[in-house]
Parts: sequence; structure tokens; C-alpha cells
Amino acid sequence: MAGLIEIIDLQKHFPGRGLFTGKKRKVRAVDGVSFTIAKKSIFGLVGESGCGKTTLSRALLYLDPPTAGSISFDSVRLGELRARELRNFRRRMQIVFQDPNSALDPKMRIDRSIAEGLINNGMAADRREERIIELLKLVGISPAHRSRYPHEFSGGQKQRIVIARALSMEPEFLVLDEPVSNLDVSIQAQIINLLLDLKEELSLTYLFISHDLNLVAYLSDTIAVMYQGRIVEQAATEELMSRPLHPYTLKLFSSVPGLKGERLLPDQDIEDGKSRGPVNISRVPAGGCPYFSQCPEGDSQCTESALELSDSGKGHLTACFKINTGVL
Amino acid sequence: MAPAKSETLLQINDLDVTFEQSRGDLQIETAHALRGIDLTLGRGEVHSLVGESGSGKTITSTCVIGLLPMPPGKINHGQLLFKGRDLLKLSEAERRKVRGREIAMIFQEPAKYLNPALKVGEQITEMVILHLGMDKIKAGERALDLLEVVGLERSKRILKSYAHELSGGMKQRVMIAMAISCNPLLLIADEPTTALDVTLQLQILKLILKLKNQLSMSVLFISHDLGVVYNISDRISVIYAGKIVESGSREDVFSKPLHPYTRLLFLSIPEAGKGGSRLRAIPGSVPDAEHIPSGCAFHPRCPIAEDICRTEIPRSRNNGQGGAHHTAACHLIGKKWPD
Repeated sequence: MAGLIEIIDLQKHFPGRGLFTGKKRKVRAVDGVSFTIAKKSIFGLVGESGCGKTTLSRALLYLDPPTAGSISFDSVRLGELRARELRNFRRRMQIVFQDPNSALDPKMRIDRSIAEGLINNGMAADRREERIIELLKLVGISPAHRSRYPHEFSGGQKQRIVIARALSMEPEFLVLDEPVSNLDVSIQAQIINLLLDLKEELSLTYLFISHDLNLVAYLSDTIAVMYQGRIVEQAATEELMSRPLHPYTLKLFSSVPGLKGERLLPDQDIEDGKSRGPVNISRVPAGGCPYFSQCPEGDSQCTESALELSDSGKGHLTACFKINTGVL
Repeated sequence: MAPAKSETLLQINDLDVTFEQSRGDLQIETAHALRGIDLTLGRGEVHSLVGESGSGKTITSTCVIGLLPMPPGKINHGQLLFKGRDLLKLSEAERRKVRGREIAMIFQEPAKYLNPALKVGEQITEMVILHLGMDKIKAGERALDLLEVVGLERSKRILKSYAHELSGGMKQRVMIAMAISCNPLLLIADEPTTALDVTLQLQILKLILKLKNQLSMSVLFISHDLGVVYNISDRISVIYAGKIVESGSREDVFSKPLHPYTRLLFLSIPEAGKGGSRLRAIPGSVPDAEHIPSGCAFHPRCPIAEDICRTEIPRSRNNGQGGAHHTAACHLIGKKWPD
């Protein structure tokens, strides 16, 4: 299957300084990520807050150009394009953010919000009107409400409008960055269904970013688990859900409160509950395993050499020395 | 394993709260936030109140702890029986003795409720000095003990930190330490883990359950997350538009939900491995408190609604379905669904 998006060794670093020491520190927010997203598929990216999910998506769209690495969209390397050419490519890839309240200008009527992109693309006024009505119908908003302001809509409706705006450019690829996290449970399902319908209807490809494992597993064809700026495990959804391998993935899976089985037991073991605090991202050794300090299986071997994703069979990729050397 | 027929600690009877807001044009608009809440919490029980945003979960808890802003809020009628005493009849001074001492609360965003200008040690000791009359030295010892109880390092360094110096999980632990500092009988936990990552969430939930057992507290747990609620509750009450629509033991509510809203909520949760198919979404959206539909507030979204649902407010009842203490406020309990 042809890959629509191909990322090779993507890096995004932010310069930082110690507050008082003035010592230069680099924050490696995304640290060597490679993957391919097949056409018309949904690629799910899971991870906890601060792991670099959003930085990755912004670098991918060249909203924040990456520090190093290459991104190919439909076999064209975005890094080699000139600004004008990049603009043309931007049309083909759009993003939907988590919070529709901050994604929509409160002082702008929603049809104007949607029209902005169309105007920039030089679409004639009468054709534009048609297109806006078409888009609103597509996402299930009554076109009669097109001259209203964002505050007149509910959270779910606002997210529909944001999706309509993202679709106005007829993109082929959408980044969905926690698109339903701010919505109520009963509304989440509506938006998820809408996204699934749109994908079929318009032959879209999605990068779906979320911290909600169940949701990602429900939607995605492939799942990548991200930790501290790197992908630690990646596999087809069924494979990953039935055979998670990486110690971090296991911990993540066991932490999700499910709707089956026994009640949670109170924390007996104080040691287990003790917060070790977050790992300072800039202190993780460049080569070694970023999960080392938290990992129950970790030993000195884990920090010594550079860690890479390798195949544990059936295209199931893991970045763990213990798995790669057959210890786990 | 719900404890069999325990002693009642808190009983909320027919609690009715409205908010009056003036709109731009000098009109007063009344929002009916709680429309007769009934809830019973036994000693040593974890009772979860589940609902979507705007359903009245947090208003209920602020009434119990006595922090409802009045005005604009107004308690029209109802009882809050705590150990048999009606909290609504107490004077503010008496109320203050209960708040923090016997009823404590933890919140969703610890960062918002910890004072940024005070060291966390001062905030923990404030409670024990005020309520238990300890002197500063004893209180300091107590604060160290509390850190240990909530799974933090027993160190003066943490007591001397300000809230912004602590991570999210640590802040939540500090807030829990404050809440339990006077060995309360009732802990109200208002979405305590919503702002946390899943791995941290699990730690905090386990901690709350451990403390509940150690201190024999009851917990009123407020959440919108059905997964969390399933994992920690003895009993569950589902709230919709300011009214409890279903209440029962965790097993009963999850295995045989009676109210259409509860049933639809469960169906709308995405489950891994069922990908490809569409989710069963609930049409429409939660009504706002200014415009509650007539009759059963859920009828415009309900797939099985009949004429009676549009006109008459249903009472909580059991109708011989489900367990003995499993009730729902629906006219049509047991009615067959279209598909």
C-alpha cells in the first residue's frame, strides 16, 4: 500500500536555558520518529501529556518546521519546497484541534470563518456561498444557522464547524488532535461517527492523536505508542491490543479503567503508589531508553547504546533492548 | 461487593436549587440547576454521581459542603441529612465546624484550589490548627505524617514548597492530604483525576480507596468517566438535567441499566476491537438549565418516548426489574427497544 505520509527520523528540538544557571539545554520534544501512514487509513498516536504528540503533529504539517528529518507527502519532500509551493501543499493537509472554543474566532460569524480559506484560494463569491452550504450540510449543521456566531452553538456543534472549515480546502489528510476530548460522552460518539462517515465519503487519511486508548483502538488501523518524544511501540491495532510488548505500553494499558472485571483494589503497596515525579526530558540520554528510569525491567544495558525500533514479528515494532535481545 | 445495608451517613432529600441570572435586557432568567435530588450514602461506601457537564453534579457537591454561592444560587427546598442532622438548618458558624472537619472535599484542578502564595505545609497545617486545636509544632509533625499517608516522601522540603513547584500528581496528593487531615467522615471527590494522565489517575484512585478503608470514610465521587466509576464505586447514581434518573449498586447499574439514558451512555462508549462499525450516538445535546424540557427531561433524545413522557415527570421507581435497591425515573421501565 502506498504511503501518503512518510516520516523519517523526525526531530524537533526546542532551545532552553536553566532559569538561574543560564546553562543551555536542549529539549528534545520529538526525538527521531519514523512512520508511514497508508492512504485512506487511520493512524492512531497514543501517549500521555507532554510526550510530544502535538509537537509531532505540528512539525509534520510544517506549522513548526522540524529540526531534522524528512517528511514526504505523496512522495514529495516538504522540506525541499519553497514557501509558495508549501502553501499549495498545505491545502491538502489540515488539522482539527482539541478545543473548538479557541479554534473559532468568537467575533467572526461561522460562515466567514469557513470562507477565509476559500477567499485565500481565490474562489468566486457566488461559488463560495454554495460551498459553505455544502460543507455545513456535510457536517450536519443546518445552513440556516450559517450567519450565527460561535457562542450560539454547543461544544459538539462548534467542533462540527471546525471540521467543516478544515474540509473546505478539500484536503486528503487530516490531523485530528484530541478532537473529542473536550466533549461530553454522549456527544463524543456523534463526532466520531461523523469523522468515520467523512473518511469514507471523501477518501480521507487521518492521523488521530489521543490519550484515550479505547478510542484510538476503536478507530485506528495502526497504533503507535509515544513516550518522551519517541515511538516505543507500533503495530496494527489488533496485533497491538492482543499482544502489547513494551513495558510502557503494558503499564499504559493496565492503567486504563475498563468496564469489565473486578473493582479496583485499594493501593496496598505504598511503594507502588509513590510518585517518582516526571522525568526531565532534557536529562534522558541521547541514545538510551527514555523509559529506563521508570521501567520495572530496566538495567544498565538499557542506557548504554542507541535504541531503535525493530520488528518483533508481523510488523510489530518495539523499541526495547530487553525485547530485542529476547529477554522479555 | 457492596457492604450489606450499612448505616446511612448522608441523605439528600428532594434538593431543589435555582440560579437567577440577569440577562442583558434587565430580564431575570431562572436556571433550574437541581430539580429534586435524592441520594443516600452509607457509611464506608463509595457512591458515584455520574453525569455530563451541566447536569448538576458539582452543584450537588457544593450544596453538601456548603459552598453554594447565594445569591445567585438559591436552595428552594430539600434536606441534607448528615448523621441525621439537617445541614441546611445550621448557622454559618456551625456549618464551618462541619466543613473540613467532618466533610472534606478534593477538586478536579488542584492547582486552582491550592493557594499559590502559601507554602503547602502552611495549607496542610491550617486545617489541623483550626479544627483540632494543635499547636504549630504538633501540626508540623502531623503534616509530615500526612505526606507519608498520601504516598509522598516524608520530607520538610515538600512542606516548604509552593504549589507551582510540584507536579500535577503531587499537587493532587497534597490536596488529598489537606482533605483528610482531620479524619473526615465524608470525602467529596469532584472529578479528582480528570486532569491527570491515565497512569497517574490509577495511582490516585487506588490511594483514595486505601484512605477510605484506613480512615473508614465515605466517599461521594463525582465523575463523568464511566470507566473510572465502574472501577471504584459501591453504588452509582446517574444524574441528567438536575435529576437522578437511575440509582443502584455498581453491578446492577452496569449489568442491567433501567433508564434509556444510562443504556445509551453505555452504548456510546467506544470499545477496542469493535472498530469499523458506527457508535450508537445519543442524538441532540444536554438541555441547559434555563430550558428544561417538559415531563421527562430526556424525552426529546429518547428512542422509546411516548406521550406520557412529554407531560408527566417520572418518579423514581423499581417496577420489579433489577435489584431491590435499583431504581430509575422512567415511565417505561422494561419497555422493548426498537432494535
